[in-house]
Amino acid sequence: MTISFLLLAAITIIGTAAAMTLKNLVHCVLALSLGLVGLAALYMQLGAQFVGFTQILVYVGAVAILAAFAIMMTRSADPAVSHVVSSFRASGALIAILVFAVLAWATISGTSAQPILTAAPESSVGQVGAALMHRFVLPLEVIGLLLTAALIGAGILAMDEHRGNQNRGTR
Amino acid sequence: MSQLSGYLLLSAFLFSIGLAGALTRRNAILVLIGIELMLNAANLNFIAFWRYGPHPEALTGVMFAIFSISVAAAEAAVGLSIILAVYRHSRTTDLDKLNSMKG
Amino acid sequence: MNWIVENLWLIPALPLFAAGISALTKQKGRKLAASLAIGSMGISFLLALCAFAHVLALRSSGQATQQFFNFPWFQFGNDWLSLGWVLNPLTAVMLVMVTFVGLLIFIFSVGYMEHDENFTRFFCFLALFASAMLGVIISNSLLLLFMCWEIVGLTSYLLIGFWYFKPSAAAAAKKAFITTRIGDLPFFLGIVWLYSQTGTLLFYNNGAGALEPAAITHLLSQTTATGMCVATGIALLIFCGAIGKSGQFPLHVWLPDAMEGPTPVSALIHAATMVAAGVFLVARVYPLMSAHNGVAGVLTTSTALQAVTWIGAITALFGSLVAVAQFDIKRILAYSTVSQLGYMMMGLGVGGVAVGMFHLITHAFFKALLFLGAGSIIHGCSGEQDIRKMGGIRKLMPITFATYAIAMLALCGFPLFSGFWSKDEILHAAHHWNISQLPYYMGAFAALLTAFYMTRQVFYVFAGRSRLTQETTDASHTDPHAHAADHHHGSGAIHESPAVMTVPLALLSVFALLLGFFGTPAWPWFQSFLDDSPLAVNFGAFGEGGILPVMLISSLIVFLGLGLGWYFYGRRPIVSAEAPDAVGKLSPSIFTVLGHAFYFDALYAATFIRLNTLLSKISDWLDRWVWNGAVKTITSLVFGFAHLDNFLDTHVVNSGFDEGCEGVSLSGQVLSRLQAGRVQGYLKIVAGALIVFTILLLWKARA
Repeated sequence: MTISFLLLAAITIIGTAAAMTLKNLVHCVLALSLGLVGLAALYMQLGAQFVGFTQILVYVGAVAILAAFAIMMTRSADPAVSHVVSSFRASGALIAILVFAVLAWATISGTSAQPILTAAPESSVGQVGAALMHRFVLPLEVIGLLLTAALIGAGILAMDEHRGNQNRGTR
Repeated sequence: MSQLSGYLLLSAFLFSIGLAGALTRRNAILVLIGIELMLNAANLNFIAFWRYGPHPEALTGVMFAIFSISVAAAEAAVGLSIILAVYRHSRTTDLDKLNSMKG
Repeated sequence: MNWIVENLWLIPALPLFAAGISALTKQKGRKLAASLAIGSMGISFLLALCAFAHVLALRSSGQATQQFFNFPWFQFGNDWLSLGWVLNPLTAVMLVMVTFVGLLIFIFSVGYMEHDENFTRFFCFLALFASAMLGVIISNSLLLLFMCWEIVGLTSYLLIGFWYFKPSAAAAAKKAFITTRIGDLPFFLGIVWLYSQTGTLLFYNNGAGALEPAAITHLLSQTTATGMCVATGIALLIFCGAIGKSGQFPLHVWLPDAMEGPTPVSALIHAATMVAAGVFLVARVYPLMSAHNGVAGVLTTSTALQAVTWIGAITALFGSLVAVAQFDIKRILAYSTVSQLGYMMMGLGVGGVAVGMFHLITHAFFKALLFLGAGSIIHGCSGEQDIRKMGGIRKLMPITFATYAIAMLALCGFPLFSGFWSKDEILHAAHHWNISQLPYYMGAFAALLTAFYMTRQVFYVFAGRSRLTQETTDASHTDPHAHAADHHHGSGAIHESPAVMTVPLALLSVFALLLGFFGTPAWPWFQSFLDDSPLAVNFGAFGEGGILPVMLISSLIVFLGLGLGWYFYGRRPIVSAEAPDAVGKLSPSIFTVLGHAFYFDALYAATFIRLNTLLSKISDWLDRWVWNGAVKTITSLVFGFAHLDNFLDTHVVNSGFDEGCEGVSLSGQVLSRLQAGRVQGYLKIVAGALIVFTILLLWKARA
């Protein structure tokens, strides 16, 4: 339990918790970015540099920006800032707390899977690349296909099927 | 408490935050972000188990995390565009108002 | 390793490829779909011939005729799950049969489905079906076999329900699917059990496969809690799958209803392939089926094989009894198939792989011929399927009549036709069975009935004068049973079918006539090929082991059946479609019971289906009120009474308003709170389940 771990964990928790509780949606996204950066730093601390950088690129660079855009494009019609949380708040929070309780219980009581303390493993970008190109080449191709399909699908979904829709909607 | 337990607890906490957000927020975009957080918690587990597991040289955990991030990215893109399409249709992203699938 | 063994996967892969392409083809791409399906099937047929020749070559050079090719699929834990295919005489024979009959049926379908607008979809399904069936045949792993088996089930569902706009077809498809599923559940349990016992699902793997002596010995040495041998338990479970697929008693109910599909489908499913899959499965796992703890040298029969024999004998008798009282031309054939499948099972039980498989192969040819002939008749009679309204077709459709007569004689077991040799061999084996003589008598009686009902059908359909009045021809347009494909044929004139339909009929009839000579007692080539034993021409074999008396008796039975059929139906021509059945007049009540197939459908509807409906209602109620309510109540109790009040309030309001008619819409709203269409509500239930399962897992880990 090193200092650096505690520090990064604190950053991550503060960022994500803020992202889920703040009222202003843009603030939420900013806080989320902070939390995700903390998570990426945790990955790097664990020795997975490549995953850490991917995390920053994909989440902070793409997903958060995408979310910010989506918020800006949909914000106009939601003036009711006072009702940020849904009517489900109480039971939802209880369920989340219960989930955390059982997961934490499982972690702490799980003595059978004591970690094997090894030296920090090597995972240079070169090795990751080699593994991607050899053992995991098929999943890689499948992921490529999936991403292409998602790209096209997202484009089609977000496209205005009908130019007149917007006018009709506001009328 | 070992180092692995620390990471697992952090991951459980992240998961619960994400779940709480997904369950309580009214804005569909934030629900989606909550789901992304849950996925991230799973990724943290992958990396932690890889680091402290018996065969770190196999890179399986890293690969899983990378693929999981890719899938999450695709999911976010499609999810956000669905939200946009829904928004265009009903002029709201408030999930309390989006209950036309009601039985 | 030979080229053909390594590339055996091509045989199912080609039709699969064709199915994939035609699935993407537009509705108008009729030529493309048909030529792809037929072309791929043709190439598969050639490859199957190559495989067959390879086995023959191995045999003539004195090598082992069994070759297999395994490959690892994926790893879990420290075990690799392997799949593979096997080429042995059984595979080779089935491959040639399925590809050949399938090819002819494909060609026939071009003519039969000519006017259907979903021609492309039909060929896509047909090719997929053939591919799955070929996969079942070649697979060397019970898992691969099961996967293909399930695809076969799926495609049969799709094909039976091909005319899904007819409610009866949709219902029949569902019935077929669900009934076979009931058999597949024990089958799957058997697979799991086998895996947990032997750690492999490969059939043959250089001594490490599940069907090889080491594994069988291991299975025999284990006993279950009730003292039953594990091998017997697994064999019986696997046999359950075969019961479902092969329409054996008591899961036969789906097979007659499956006649709602297009006739080529009936031919493909009921004759050549799908129903044969069950028999083939028993033949494939025969080492497991026949495993017993008996003392070496003493003739004993395993419990599993006894079960196979009895089920087969009961099915054979049952099917032929019911077929006597049917009026739909395809239903007669369907019950006849049920009965013949019973024969095959009985043959497997009493005589071994070769006996059952020989009947399977000969039956595939003549039953496919019968179904295609029936299709040709229905096509010619503008969709009429009631044999009482046919008659006199002999002169109008000469080719159909000739081929139909050959197939009918083969089915009856008329001497020297193919059915004679195969059926006789089963009866002979049953006669010498060491457990009981009863299956022999049941089989012989079923043979008598078979000859009788086929004669009845032929006289009804072909003899006399046409009873197909103009009225019925017109009625066929509105008749719900009239096939959509035939709607375009309302011309009224009975006509011979085009060459694309008659040529397959002629080809099949050649085989129905001659195939039997490959397995006569004097020259048992087929049997020795399957059993891998030496072969010799020996005309003295007729005199040995009581073969000749059995043959004479069965011939007498056939002649008796034919004579009875002539006595009741041929002596006086049937004049009117309304006239009561000649046999029905003897004992109307029994005839009615037979006509309703012993009321099995009604029995199932009154028992299992009612029970199932009740259960589903109870679970619906539990779902709606108990589980959903429980989740809501727990959360509400802890976090504020307002929530609870709200729930109770709406609950009370609901029951209050339910009475009055103005409350109808409101009560609907209240009820729908449980299915509120709120994503978050659903997610919450999932999270609740996560909590419960985690607690359960931890609990178990502690205990």
